[in-house]
Amino acid sequence: MNQDRIKEKLTEKFGSDILRFDSTFEGISVGVPPEKVLDVCHYLRDEAELKFDFLSFVAGIDHYPAQPRFEVVYQLYSVKNVQRMRLKAKIEDRDGNPPSIQSVTEIWRTADWHERETAEMFGIKFLNHPDPRKLLLPDEWQAHPLRKDFPLEGTEEDTPDLPS
Amino acid sequence: MGIENHLDNTVHVTNLEWFVNWARKSSMWPLGFGLACCALEMIATFVSRYDLSRFGMEVARPSPRHADLMIVSGTASKKMLPAVLRIYEQMADPKWVIAMGACACSGGIYKNYAVIQGIDRHLPVDVYVPGCPPRPEALLDGILQLHARVMKEQSIRNPRLGAIKVAGR
Repeated sequence: MNQDRIKEKLTEKFGSDILRFDSTFEGISVGVPPEKVLDVCHYLRDEAELKFDFLSFVAGIDHYPAQPRFEVVYQLYSVKNVQRMRLKAKIEDRDGNPPSIQSVTEIWRTADWHERETAEMFGIKFLNHPDPRKLLLPDEWQAHPLRKDFPLEGTEEDTPDLPS
Repeated sequence: MGIENHLDNTVHVTNLEWFVNWARKSSMWPLGFGLACCALEMIATFVSRYDLSRFGMEVARPSPRHADLMIVSGTASKKMLPAVLRIYEQMADPKWVIAMGACACSGGIYKNYAVIQGIDRHLPVDVYVPGCPPRPEALLDGILQLHARVMKEQSIRNPRLGAIKVAGR
């Protein structure tokens, strides 16, 4: 199992027009449309030859002011094949609606806390998440501190010392 | 054997206020309470090399109800603040606060949204010990300065106010 084989398998299953392949020094990186993330993840975990059974982390990226603004990154690992790969999904930040993407907790339970942290830090909504509370920040805060347009020192209104 | 041999079986006269202050400063028990890396220097102050027990402070109390002194040792994040205030409120009067380290004094290098920019925004601090982290000698100096301050208090005529003003309550 090598990077080319992962590329072959994914292209064979989903077609090359929706996938963006990129090779990094840590392994292959695949860009997918957000609505296809669940299908691709199911395939990567369950396909006998691939078996990406371990989710290392879920993280977010804010590309402000570029569009599409947000990106969610999944770092996968296959214990059987000793192989890593990265999955990326770019999400539009449409006016009025918070950026949203399907949760992958039904595939890897470990995504639970990672998605909660990404959700509170970037304001990305994970649909069908089993426990969509905040993880690290105080419950009453509305701010998303890892967004590029967030002032580092916070404000008295957004990040008060104590709940009012 | 002890001090009795030196008292010559007679009456000694002193100032009651001085005596109360002396009793308080000679057995001031700190709360065993560490917030960040400064706590390690605080531990070093407690153990044998620097030996805080020379000043009657060897018992770090795990329960706030037994403690007289809160050493805010390190970075207080905003999420931690309600717990810090609750512990402070549970301590019995009279009680004192030392802000140990740059973070507790002013927020230190963490000028960001998650860290309180000085614990004195919410607690009445008696002594500030700057440093990142301060050495055990610095903490000892701060404690001795607090002792000197306690000896000057008008503990009978003008006792310390028990009620503190906690923001937002």
